[in-house]
Amino acid sequence: MKQTVGSQSISFKNPVYILESASIVGKKEGDGPLGQYFDLIGEDPMFGCKSWEEAESTLQKEAALMALGKAKVQKQDVRYLFAGDLLGQLIASSFGLVDLNIPLFGLYGACSTCGEALGLGAMAVAGGYGEQVLCVTSSHFGSAEKQFRFPLEYGNQRPLSATWTVTGSGAFLLGSTETKKTRAKITGYTPGKIVDYGIKDSMNMGATMAPSAADTIYTNFMDFNRMPEDYDKIITGDLGKIGQVLLIDLLKEKGFDISKEHMDCGIEIFNGEEQDTHAGGSGCGCSAVTLSAFILKQLEEGCWKRVLFVPTGALLSTVSFNEGQTVPGIAHGVVIERR
Amino acid sequence: MLEEVKKKQYQNKVDEVTPTHSLWKNMGKAFLVGGIICTIGQAIIQMGLGMGLDKETAGTWCSLILVLISVVLTGFNMYPSIVKFGGAGALVPITGFANSVAAPAIEYKKEGQVFGVGCKIFTIAGPVILFGVFTSWILGVVYYILQALGVVA
Repeated sequence: MKQTVGSQSISFKNPVYILESASIVGKKEGDGPLGQYFDLIGEDPMFGCKSWEEAESTLQKEAALMALGKAKVQKQDVRYLFAGDLLGQLIASSFGLVDLNIPLFGLYGACSTCGEALGLGAMAVAGGYGEQVLCVTSSHFGSAEKQFRFPLEYGNQRPLSATWTVTGSGAFLLGSTETKKTRAKITGYTPGKIVDYGIKDSMNMGATMAPSAADTIYTNFMDFNRMPEDYDKIITGDLGKIGQVLLIDLLKEKGFDISKEHMDCGIEIFNGEEQDTHAGGSGCGCSAVTLSAFILKQLEEGCWKRVLFVPTGALLSTVSFNEGQTVPGIAHGVVIERR
Repeated sequence: MLEEVKKKQYQNKVDEVTPTHSLWKNMGKAFLVGGIICTIGQAIIQMGLGMGLDKETAGTWCSLILVLISVVLTGFNMYPSIVKFGGAGALVPITGFANSVAAPAIEYKKEGQVFGVGCKIFTIAGPVILFGVFTSWILGVVYYILQALGVVA
């Protein structure tokens, strides 16, 4: 059964259903504009743990269990796990998901991991490799700052182009059989290429990732023979305010105007002015919790019929940055439709 | 070649749309905050002198007290807010140095006393210590040569 379309996309012959999902966030995200939509808001940034890393693991575990609980699905009925986070060697996923006892594919796509997990999960289900799979991603402000920047108590001035890592985790249960509670369906997937426009500023993630988002969105239009109007929303992960301007500009150069359809999870999740988050939110948790809490809800309520969900990632480590490497981007496009 | 042109164009566009902090505003705030910290320091020295300490001992007390205040503020996570406002005005004085040592100590405590605190306490302050010592060594050599040549007494 051939399911490929165009140069790099997949059009699923039978849609893959998002049977259930869960979102858990920290206090700051809960105070943001999407606060009312999240399943759970943790008041304690440590989530009762001893370290930021353990806290992030707890977030993943709780999100996964909550998604299963809501769907009333036992963990032994989940064939595979597709999970990832931002920490070195994916420790948040490893230690968070160990007790689930489900075969795991650990994924790293920086902040694009949610798209990668959903895409691969949908491929596994559509290919008949599993009846039900679970996709989980997370990020935590404390663990990300500690790994990529400075200890939290260290004083420094963040540039206006900087983003604020979202504390949160989203989990999605995918399946081949539609149920009553099914939230939405995945009908297509455009995995992204690594795109490097030579940007070296790690504090301007939007600028590093916008070219990859533009590439994936453009390829999606070409492969599926669609126009921006064919989507009610084209939703990037965490480009932020600067990345948004650059993305719209890059696609205009290629002949597509997405300014009406474009939305960015990073811009939506915080009130930039009041919450002092500068360019917006970021992290693997940012797009995941926004999808679970807000985007799927809009699809369920019929406000939107079809969206292109494009989480974006900046591919760097502190080593590559210190050694003078550029910061390439990657973006994965998942076509999600109302059931 | 076209690739390089495209990258350059993109970089220019990025520079054009990326907002930056106002340099003059930041310098004003740094002047204010740095000035306040130094005034507090001077007040401590004056008090020390008033209590009959000699100038050097009063200066040592001044450093000790400022470092203590900074470390306590770091512990309560208040120092980052001061730096966010004051920038280099809060980072350059000895209080900023104390913050850069106390913050990793707090953060890396979970990784153990030796490999956590021990190895990582100077991750931020390390370069300052290394190049500070190195610069003073060079100046020492220059001073020695000038002294030998009879340029300075």
